[in-house]
Amino acid sequence: MLDVAACLVRRDLLLAVREKSDVATALLFFVIVTSLFPLGIGAEPDLLRAIAPGVIWVAALLSSLLALGRLFAADYADGTLEQIALGAAPLGAAVAAKVLAHWLTSGLPLVIIAPLIALQYDLPASLYGVLALSLLLGTPVLSLIGAIGAALTLGLRGGGVLLSLLVLPLYVPVLIMGAGGVEMAAAGMGAQGHLLLLAAMLVGAAAFAPWAIAAALRIATE
Amino acid sequence: MTAASTRWFWYASPQTFYPLAGTIARWCGIAAAILAVIGLWIGLVAAPTDAQQGDAYRIIFVHVAAAWMSMFLYVAMAFWAALGLAFNTRLSGMLASAIAPTGALFTFIALWTGALWGKPTWGTYWVWDARLTSELILLFLYFGFMALQAAIDDPRRADRAGAVLALVGVVNIPIIYFSVQWWNTLHQGASVSLKSAPSMAPIMLKGMLVMALAFWMYSIAAAMVRVRCIIRERGA
Amino acid sequence: MLDAVDLECERGGRKLFRRLSFSLGAGEALRIAGANGSGKTSLLRILCGLAAPAAGEVRWKGESVRALREDYSAQLVYLGHAPAVKDELRASENLSIACRLAGNARGRDEVSAALRTLAVPEAAPVKTLSQGQRRRAALARLLLSQSVPLWLLDEPLAALDAQAARLLEGLIAEHTGRGGMVVYTTHQDTHIAGRVISLDA
Repeated sequence: MLDVAACLVRRDLLLAVREKSDVATALLFFVIVTSLFPLGIGAEPDLLRAIAPGVIWVAALLSSLLALGRLFAADYADGTLEQIALGAAPLGAAVAAKVLAHWLTSGLPLVIIAPLIALQYDLPASLYGVLALSLLLGTPVLSLIGAIGAALTLGLRGGGVLLSLLVLPLYVPVLIMGAGGVEMAAAGMGAQGHLLLLAAMLVGAAAFAPWAIAAALRIATE
Repeated sequence: MTAASTRWFWYASPQTFYPLAGTIARWCGIAAAILAVIGLWIGLVAAPTDAQQGDAYRIIFVHVAAAWMSMFLYVAMAFWAALGLAFNTRLSGMLASAIAPTGALFTFIALWTGALWGKPTWGTYWVWDARLTSELILLFLYFGFMALQAAIDDPRRADRAGAVLALVGVVNIPIIYFSVQWWNTLHQGASVSLKSAPSMAPIMLKGMLVMALAFWMYSIAAAMVRVRCIIRERGA
Repeated sequence: MLDAVDLECERGGRKLFRRLSFSLGAGEALRIAGANGSGKTSLLRILCGLAAPAAGEVRWKGESVRALREDYSAQLVYLGHAPAVKDELRASENLSIACRLAGNARGRDEVSAALRTLAVPEAAPVKTLSQGQRRRAALARLLLSQSVPLWLLDEPLAALDAQAARLLEGLIAEHTGRGGMVVYTTHQDTHIAGRVISLDA
């Protein structure tokens, strides 16, 4: 089973490397969205510092949503999804492998680039660590929950917008804990509570989401 | 199989359920109307004027009952959906689909009446109070369920996909509620909260319960009527 | 070894077939015939366990395939309509990944040999290949699946030229000769010996 899972992760990473534009566009979207807020709200440093965690987190949510489109769609279209379903590993494990590879190419880049955005918002450097950690814990949860939505809406018309409607309400707890943690740290109080809750969400999602995703995929492909 | 369980599965066939649904709808509709009249009388006439909030508080009779129903109906919807997934019965899925619009309606009523309450009491129509915000997210969850089912042509796939979504939703609702509470207590500068309802005279509680019961009877009636439409649509 | 018991399939509100039963033993080839839309692909997908029948069940060696899950899918190869190859990868990469996903990992030399036998260019990305070459790239998997008992092939002869078609028929004959089983659908005439089930009843 691990052999198959590792093969899938390697395959998806190889595909991401061969078609770099997919990964790059989601990342660029993140950067563009965060640049829009000061243009819309005004560039007073105090205001920007206050809204930075929230803005970065909302942009991460939207970018994650955008990237979900390519999680299963390509495999569904060319028939490889069926082969994965017929593979030697249980579908839940195969799906977990795909989500992992997806996170490595869509979530992890956000974690790395977030401090740069924080710089643009004049967030104190002492908060970069908390920000990156909150994104590191939160973006996998976004990928896992989002994958359920992606599986449910596989092949449907109006796919992208429908996916957002399904998944964004479920993203709210992650947003609250993620952005909240950074804001707590900014206010001088500890972010441990928020980060621990994020970690708990991650463990819960990692344990249960793969089975929901597998069930949704079977429903979509039957 | 015992005789009782055989009877349940007998009613699980849409064809046999169809006339039963009609009967239930009729009786529950009548009950709803009677209870609503009683409840509204209690709320608008019998209950005393509140010392702090005057007569504006009377809207809680509708607001609280609607909020209770909105949450109860989501759980009911998830229950029937889960049953449909587990036992592969078509009627369970149809019931879940039938409940959803009524649930969304009550969520909307709760939000709307919450806004109407907020205006005379605190001067603003919308307040990012923990409960109102959670209700708003619940409304999105209902819309998501209905939109997903609307986007899928195959009724079997629609029922099953909706069921997975409803179950994921029902598990997430406590988490969402808790995190919104957390968020609210941390950010709340103003002490505005819909929790600050007037201290409950017993008659007020009775009034809310009667309204809740009236809404429940209405929900059953509406769901039965809708299920009959779905049964006819699918030609089952 | 493979038993279909009272299978019923519904698509788009229509019952495509009902009370369909048959058995397949070792060394047998079964052709599923029928007009377009009669349910050939649906039946094949039900046989692999990808889709659930509206009624009835499929059994492998006496046990329901729904219960067996991966134990069953490890004993079959399914080639569907779509070639199931990733455009951005090379044919050799696609084939070795496909084998590995099925729990049947093969070395680079075997993979290359299989592709060469079917005249598929190994090094170019699949998106540069023609339809026929893509089909053959997918079929190369059969060369590496000789120990897998059950082959389920949906329109395997489509987009193949005469030479490749003869090669495939030879592969199928060898497989049944070894005691394997093949279920396939096709519109074209074939020289494959075996039973025919028609869904046009």
